[in-house]
Amino acid sequence: MPELDLILLIAAMVAILVPTAAMLVWFERRLLGFFQQRYGPNRVGYFGILQSLADLIKILFKHDWIPPFADRPVFVLAPLIGAMAILMSFAVIPMAPGLVVSDSNIGLLFFLAMTSMAVYSVVLAGWASNNKYAVLGGMRAAAQTISYEVFMGVSLLGVVILSGSFKLTDIVLAQEGMWYVIPQFLGFVIFIIAGVAESHRLPFDLPEAETELAAGFHTEYSGIKFALFFLGEYLGMMLISMMITTLFLGGWLGPWLPPFVWFVLKTMGLICFFILLRASLPRPRFDQLLEFGWKWMLPLALLNLVGTAVVQLWGDF
Amino acid sequence: MNAELLFYVSGSIAVVASLFVVTNKNAVHALLYLVVSLLALAMCFYLLGAPFAAALQIIVYAGAIMVLFVFAVMIFNINQSDIDRESQWLKWQYWVGPSVLVMILLAEVVWVLQSQQTWSPSEVQLVDARAVGSLLFGPYLLAVEIASFLLLAGLVGGYHLAKELPQKAINKQDHKL
Repeated sequence: MPELDLILLIAAMVAILVPTAAMLVWFERRLLGFFQQRYGPNRVGYFGILQSLADLIKILFKHDWIPPFADRPVFVLAPLIGAMAILMSFAVIPMAPGLVVSDSNIGLLFFLAMTSMAVYSVVLAGWASNNKYAVLGGMRAAAQTISYEVFMGVSLLGVVILSGSFKLTDIVLAQEGMWYVIPQFLGFVIFIIAGVAESHRLPFDLPEAETELAAGFHTEYSGIKFALFFLGEYLGMMLISMMITTLFLGGWLGPWLPPFVWFVLKTMGLICFFILLRASLPRPRFDQLLEFGWKWMLPLALLNLVGTAVVQLWGDF
Repeated sequence: MNAELLFYVSGSIAVVASLFVVTNKNAVHALLYLVVSLLALAMCFYLLGAPFAAALQIIVYAGAIMVLFVFAVMIFNINQSDIDRESQWLKWQYWVGPSVLVMILLAEVVWVLQSQQTWSPSEVQLVDARAVGSLLFGPYLLAVEIASFLLLAGLVGGYHLAKELPQKAINKQDHKL
């Protein structure tokens, strides 16, 4: 019965992804501590490995407060939209041959569509909180995401041209000879930058810049709703790492080790890179962020697209 | 059979959500219903065999254009007086004229659909991205070019509005953000 298998696979993926995202919080804090020459959380369990569990228990017992001035339905809905949209995009990522929920013909486009849906979470949270810091955070999120989404899509088109497909399995298999990080190095760099901006990670976490905006869009959130935002952010980081692995680093391809192990290793490496970025880069000013996006990244992405198309067509003739 | 059921479900969601868009008094709530309606339409496209159009519908309309709308409405600072004014405008008398006209259109559509061949889901043919591309750059090239002219006009207009004036007299902060 194929449908039962599919449901089991989806349940297994959610059951693995969500705790992994929670564990990432601890992992990031330990790694940040390592980069900054301190310990980080090391008290709960061996090496502090149960820290996330302790955090979860604490957060469950917190008062789940909805401010009286907030727009109630939207306020409750906003954190759900983000986590759901990002969880849904995991459905199209092939983690090993055959290990994919939906090997869709439009897998890459589905990923882009779901990331563009995830913006609503931040924007609506900011608006529904009815708080000026939150609204400012939401506005920044909207402007930032729209700007960075444009060249995120364009930077991926180089990969699509080379592989001739939107299907992620085809894209991985087309990298058998050479990973796309080599012919598409420019696209790779642009996609990483756009990915950091899309998941609102430092240095592009302007919507929640705590030094200027209190906590930005989630200022009014507490308890389990705040945890959902947190979960969404870490799931987003995992998603972007998996997408980079799939599109540019050959997905599950690799010698000796089993395919799934290769996939996890590459993803973990990228996650460590993201955490290192957070530890080492300062946050830009908001207008600098937008200027960088429109004046540098977009023209470079277009150049990459045109260049790839020319080279590919040259080969055809 | 299953696909047909899914089509009718998402079609009805689109219709109901669109009704809420028109009748809702809060602009942001109305926009959210519009997003739902667009998503349901994308689902319809997908079920009718146009996955590429469905994905673009979500990315471009629901993902980019509607975010811009929400962005703009967020700045309006809607309060109770706006909602009260909206409800003044939404009296039942105003619905009579448009409803009559739409009913006539609906009757016309039903009559046209009646007189045509019946549609069956087995006739759905898949239009993939490659087919869309070769159609856009083949027979419909002129339409694409005209649309791009339209967008260019919009771009020039936007540039004109946002252009920095030579003498900064009134508002020095204008060009930022």
